[in-house]
Amino acid sequence: MTDLPPEHSGIRYTEGELERGEEHADHTVQGDSSSHELPQFKVEGHAASVLDPNAKPILEVRDLRMYFPVKSSGLIRRTIGNVQAVDGISFQVPKGGSLGLVGESGCGKSTTGRMVTRLYEPTGGSINFDGTEIAKTSARRLKPLRREIQMIFQDPYTSLNPRHTVGTIVGTPLAIHNVVPKKQILPRVQELLEIVGLNPEHYNRYPHEFSGGQRQRIGIARALTLQPKLLVADEPVSALDVSIQAQVINLLQDLQKEFDISFLFVAHDLAVVRHFCPEVAVMYLGKIVEIADRETLYNRPNHPYTQALLSAVPDVKQAAIGGRRERIRLQGDVPSPINPPSGCRFRTRCPLAQEICARVEPPLLQVGKRHKVACHFAGELGNHPDRPVTASLLGVDDTGAPDAGASPAANLTNEPGFADTWFDLERKTMASA
Amino acid sequence: MSNPLLSVVDLKVHFPTNDGIVKATDGLSYTLERGKTLGIVGESGSGKSVSSSAIMGLHRGTNAHVSGQILLDGVDLLQLSNEDMRKHRGKEVAMIFQDPLSAMHPYYTVGNQIGEAYRVHHDVSKKAARARTIEMLERVGIPQPDRRVDDYPHQFSGGMRQRAMIAMGLINNPALLIADEPTTALDVTVQAQILDLLQDLQRDFDAGIIIITHDLGVVAEMADDVLVMYAGRAVEYGTTKEILTHPEMPYTWGLISSIPDVAGDTSARLIPIPGNPPSLLQPPTGCAFHPRCTHRDKVPGNLCVTTLPELVPGQRSEGHLKRCHIPDPDAVYEREVLPEIAPDLVEER
Repeated sequence: MTDLPPEHSGIRYTEGELERGEEHADHTVQGDSSSHELPQFKVEGHAASVLDPNAKPILEVRDLRMYFPVKSSGLIRRTIGNVQAVDGISFQVPKGGSLGLVGESGCGKSTTGRMVTRLYEPTGGSINFDGTEIAKTSARRLKPLRREIQMIFQDPYTSLNPRHTVGTIVGTPLAIHNVVPKKQILPRVQELLEIVGLNPEHYNRYPHEFSGGQRQRIGIARALTLQPKLLVADEPVSALDVSIQAQVINLLQDLQKEFDISFLFVAHDLAVVRHFCPEVAVMYLGKIVEIADRETLYNRPNHPYTQALLSAVPDVKQAAIGGRRERIRLQGDVPSPINPPSGCRFRTRCPLAQEICARVEPPLLQVGKRHKVACHFAGELGNHPDRPVTASLLGVDDTGAPDAGASPAANLTNEPGFADTWFDLERKTMASA
Repeated sequence: MSNPLLSVVDLKVHFPTNDGIVKATDGLSYTLERGKTLGIVGESGSGKSVSSSAIMGLHRGTNAHVSGQILLDGVDLLQLSNEDMRKHRGKEVAMIFQDPLSAMHPYYTVGNQIGEAYRVHHDVSKKAARARTIEMLERVGIPQPDRRVDDYPHQFSGGMRQRAMIAMGLINNPALLIADEPTTALDVTVQAQILDLLQDLQRDFDAGIIIITHDLGVVAEMADDVLVMYAGRAVEYGTTKEILTHPEMPYTWGLISSIPDVAGDTSARLIPIPGNPPSLLQPPTGCAFHPRCTHRDKVPGNLCVTTLPELVPGQRSEGHLKRCHIPDPDAVYEREVLPEIAPDLVEER
């Protein structure tokens, strides 16, 4: 442990592996501990992070786009279209905070995560990380950035090289970035293994010798090796058993608090995202349709897609007391991102859709202090307006046809973050705190 | 309960390996009536899928040792010859799988595969089978079934493939449908559609359904009865409402407490089950759950380590079976577990 504050060094976890019938007791370092004499200190369990509205953004994404070309078959492979995986999204991740990205498969949430880690080069838009623009940076100049942004992958079975020992997997980043002298790599690796709740003596084992939950911990240790400021977690728990999911979520929460890491948390499980992230963005077919703080998004969602998504989640505890909520049934499947619907992309499945939805794309309109929604008929469930709230702002009439008499509002830009004033849906005027 | 559709008695599925015998299912018993749904819950490796594929006779021709009784309408499926089992499979018992893409043959059209399932059991012309296929596709909610019947599996979306699998499973009007993680690979909105569809169809076809899942939410919505499995054995069995409101086995408590809730308190920490699922080669002595159990101190002596608890009726009702040594689990649950996992529910009681 060279550069972490000393009080972080000896984290011990009670939730370790107890596979071979070990006693249900604390997991202690066995064998030679003289090489890393550590104060015995136990981390208190941290609760979920809370929203700090004044935190500076560590990541600011503006109008980000990713188009994958579709090639024709045959010898001359012309580009005949684009998969618009992500199409103009903007958001911020606050320092030490976490933003959740939810949506169904194909909505572009994982692609967004991969652009932020620059595994993909975005087609357009900007990614500003801690004051540096990284959207178009060359591979070589990205190397120092890799220390700052790391990723946790979904599948712990395919994201670890089966031919490398855990020590190599976790230690390689240290060697590549010359963080510590060669001799100190092993002690540092053991320390990391201990931080994530694995036995540090297991550094010379191979990934197949570990269970799914333990492998995910290895993946987390690898991501932590370089002490990143931002972790992109792409479905970090969806491949794990329920009981193990909770262990990993708690681990991530503790690490976030201990090391002040910001998270971009990508998942399809709404309950997990709600538990982890104080701020959540819902994506549909490459667009953010609603973004808000946790309480607003889960209790008072304004977009019909968010409402349908939430009502579709089976709820154990509701059933336990005998209640059962009425589901909003969405018809059909998500349309193809090669040829997305005109206007609002959700309109083909939306129970509220009208003429204007096919003609004009709804802007992501700020409707509350920390709440933005992209819908012409935004409103709480059962309380959607009859007339499009956006018509006057966009300078169109109620059917979406251009209205000569109207004056479009100028401030409908796709800015990340939240403004001090917003459009009040009830009174149809601008409001402020 | 006099004449259940399915009754499984002391089912054991053992796999001999070089390292010893893997007891994937070790003495499992349950019953299921027509028109009812049984949810089987457990972690990966708990034996939930293995025990159900034994009902389909899918371990025949492998080196697995299957023993016990599987009585379907009074017929013991384990005693049938391979020939007779083939007549039952698909006709009396059908199964739908987790991943519909790998469960379908990519080289044949969807209609071809569904029609084949019908023609195996009915002596009809190709034309009649095709008509029946289109009828089933329409029933499971596939738009334009007369056109889509000639599509290949890759031309279907995930939700539509699972609908087609359900159509294939139900085309012979089976008495029992086994759904092995039918919605795990699907998105939540599509999952809701498929669960609704299964419930609709069950009403029409009056089939018994076994739904295997790790998602307690799905069980809560679908199942009349729940069987919780751990390390190849049933550890708790009873009606869904009873199990979810008054679970008496610490493993079930752990399952409920480790799930975040879409409406719960976000400042509360999740309470995971410590440790990992046990190895089935060398399962722990006594109660298989004891190395991970946080309530062992409530049992006098070393009983949990030395003695396997019997599956016995719990405190509240005869029909609620549990496998645990804790003498007053209901009180422990009310006093210690419930306030931690759902403080809001305590007040409502």
